[in-house]
Amino acid sequence: MKAVRPPLFLTLAAVVVAVAIALPLLYLIIRTAGIGGEELWKLISRPRNIMVFFNSAAMAATVTLFSTLIAVPLAFLTVRTDLPGRRFWLVATTLPLAVPSYVGSFALIATLAPRGSFLQLLLQPLGVEELPSIYGFPGTVLAITLFTYPYMLLSVRSGLQGIDPALEEAARSLGYGSRETFFRVVLPQLKPSMIAGGLLVALYALRDFGTPSLMRFDSFTRAIFLQYKTSFNRNSAAALSLMLVILVLLILWLEYRMRSRAAYYSRGSASLRPPKIMKLGIWKWPAFGFCLGITSLGIVLPVGITLFWLIRGLNGGYTFPNLLPTVLNSIGAAGLAALATTIFALPVAILAVRFPNKITAIIERCSYIGFGVPGIVVALSLVFFGANYLPALYQTLPMLIFAYLVLFLPQSVGTVRSSLLQVNPQLEESARSLGRNAWQTLREVTLPLVQPGVLSGAVLVFLTAIKELPATILLAPIGFSTLAMQIWQATENVDFADAAAASLAMLLVSMGSTLLVLSQENVKEEKVISKAPVSRRV
Amino acid sequence: MKTLPLMKVAAGSVALMLGWGIGVAVDAQTKTLVIYSGREEKLIGPLIERAKKDLNKDIQVRYGDTAELAIALLEEGKNSRADLFFAQDAGALGTLEKKQLTLPIASQLLNKVDTRFRSAKGHWLGISGRARVIDYNTKLVKQSELPSSISQLTQPKWRGKVGWAPTNGSFQSFVTAMRVLEGDAKTLQWLKAMKANGVKDYGKNSAIVEAVGRGEVHLGLVNNYYLYRFKKDDPNFPVAHHYTSKDAGAMINVAGVAITKTTDQKADVEALINYLLKQSSQNYFAQETNEYPLVKGIPAPSKQVPINKLNPPNVNLTNLDDLPGTLNLLQQAGVL
Repeated sequence: MKAVRPPLFLTLAAVVVAVAIALPLLYLIIRTAGIGGEELWKLISRPRNIMVFFNSAAMAATVTLFSTLIAVPLAFLTVRTDLPGRRFWLVATTLPLAVPSYVGSFALIATLAPRGSFLQLLLQPLGVEELPSIYGFPGTVLAITLFTYPYMLLSVRSGLQGIDPALEEAARSLGYGSRETFFRVVLPQLKPSMIAGGLLVALYALRDFGTPSLMRFDSFTRAIFLQYKTSFNRNSAAALSLMLVILVLLILWLEYRMRSRAAYYSRGSASLRPPKIMKLGIWKWPAFGFCLGITSLGIVLPVGITLFWLIRGLNGGYTFPNLLPTVLNSIGAAGLAALATTIFALPVAILAVRFPNKITAIIERCSYIGFGVPGIVVALSLVFFGANYLPALYQTLPMLIFAYLVLFLPQSVGTVRSSLLQVNPQLEESARSLGRNAWQTLREVTLPLVQPGVLSGAVLVFLTAIKELPATILLAPIGFSTLAMQIWQATENVDFADAAAASLAMLLVSMGSTLLVLSQENVKEEKVISKAPVSRRV
Repeated sequence: MKTLPLMKVAAGSVALMLGWGIGVAVDAQTKTLVIYSGREEKLIGPLIERAKKDLNKDIQVRYGDTAELAIALLEEGKNSRADLFFAQDAGALGTLEKKQLTLPIASQLLNKVDTRFRSAKGHWLGISGRARVIDYNTKLVKQSELPSSISQLTQPKWRGKVGWAPTNGSFQSFVTAMRVLEGDAKTLQWLKAMKANGVKDYGKNSAIVEAVGRGEVHLGLVNNYYLYRFKKDDPNFPVAHHYTSKDAGAMINVAGVAITKTTDQKADVEALINYLLKQSSQNYFAQETNEYPLVKGIPAPSKQVPINKLNPPNVNLTNLDDLPGTLNLLQQAGVL
């Protein structure tokens, strides 16, 4: 393949992205420069800070491991097997992502706390006075894993859908059993999507503050928040955030080194014939139980507890509020975020995969930084630049969408990138040689082929943006209220019924949008099936 | 290859959302009074609505977390759009005053509030008071066993049974008050003894009250108004207040306001502050948010011990501005 110059429109979009990424980093450097050298050294060499730094790193690693153990089997079961109710599980296993982690953790504590929780009260007649504590490391790992494994699931699933079934057929015809085919052919093919998903899970675990706070886990984000909350010291907070950025860069570098240069596309015609469905046999019911168990904890439990609060409130005279304007705001903002992020993620991913050089690699890698530091840090950086250098846009909707772009770009970049790796570049080259220009090739060849990744990315961004809090609070137009803000205010205010009403609305919106997008995939799947004998025209 | 149906759906929804976006953007462009509020909409929203009508002034509020809004104000600097900052605690107000981001408030407004509850320099004042209390589980602790001062919480009988929220603003004020009352050495000693006695950390006050209710801890160091909110949903919630006397554990904190330096409507902002100090507004805080009115002569909420029956220590909130010192002490004690 000859090295060609990338088309101009891709380069321009990537420049916008590069600027967006640079802003939070620049802000952190400016603020850190405000501290004297001695004070800075005292801050970063403080044993407690170093200890919690490793606490957080260990927690993120554990969460990533468990997420993989949950997500890979789930992806396989819901895409490739005759699991009873496969279509249902396809959607249901994605839904925990729609639960804001502060709601989910709250529900877990109400259910599993050592004393006075639902489980303990249930077991009390049996003489159980106190359950083992879920607080600290175990509870934090449990909660974050349950509500973030779908990052990995969505990513792996779109990877699985992009594998050319011919590969597996070839493996089988050469004498591999189904187990060998899975471990030697399918799993290696999934590596890019597993890594992309794992990266998102790990970074989410590193940046989250709500769950560690509720679970009483001493995380590094707590050290950052302390500087804000207890002494309003934005400089020290920035210095600590930079430590986190360094950890994130280290993870990104490791990931970069782990990436193999192997080709993940097949040489054939990229026909998306339906893959062979695996018969589960007696494993059908354990598999069913696995899906049931995960979704019970990840979605049924939070929804159940939320409903309990709501019904208790309604019995006590609470009237269901009119949430429609808030719901529309949430859908609008998260929808625009998904759209903008996808538009800017595509060029970044395409450049990184098709025109690999130092600069495109750096842009693609660095897009993860905004997702690796606490949201409040990114939000404050945009407050700083917005208020002082872009007052016309400050605290307007475009500014908010830009914030979401900075925060959530990697979710889309990662999934698009791993889909793109599965597309044979010769397809695009033939389109060009047949007279299509770069734009037409993108629209007619590349986009349709990476559609699973694009869709997964958009769903991820939508579901995460709808839960976003600090940037929304500081950068939304004044008076602009979202469901996430209402849930947060209600929990601050110990208003269970109010929190429940807004949480349920958010869960419904998230489920609705997930269903909508996944049903698109199903339509596609059926179309492909109906055309099965004929391979797709390209 | 034909275009995907998804493309059409996407194009349609893009057009729809962009239209909506422009609508939102055009919506908010008149001269208004802007409040940055660390207090929740549910609590002060109705009062602001009344003020809008009574003062015939358009008021808009950005609701958020007190500390985060305070930092945002620092970042915005000269270009802030806020006219008034309504904070949950005096620490945030004092910080803005120190960073010279506030204007002095007219003395006839300041004088309505006891000197203990406002800045000596006159840049902020308390609007409503909240008492520090010990909440206890009524099923697990008998009234006769309750500690008479917070210093007793380091006794072995409370081992592993007390909850606190060391990152919380009002807890910080409480520790600062203890430093002012008893000195750094004694405070450090108390913090270390509490830690050694297995005190449990929570993220915020409401989580402590919840944990006391479940029986996870027996006592919790909190603010007075959370309990009523739990009781509203669950009248049998097994938690009650206990007041100590004259020590930092009985101090009174405030939620209060400061005028930002960037305002171009100082007269209107002061009219609003005046409105918040009126009898009807002060009664609103007493009845709706279960806080203490700070303007003299207005009675406390009916369910609570009246403010003049409380025995708060003699500390002036304006002297509680050494937040870095408190953070340092808490870190030295290994609490944070």
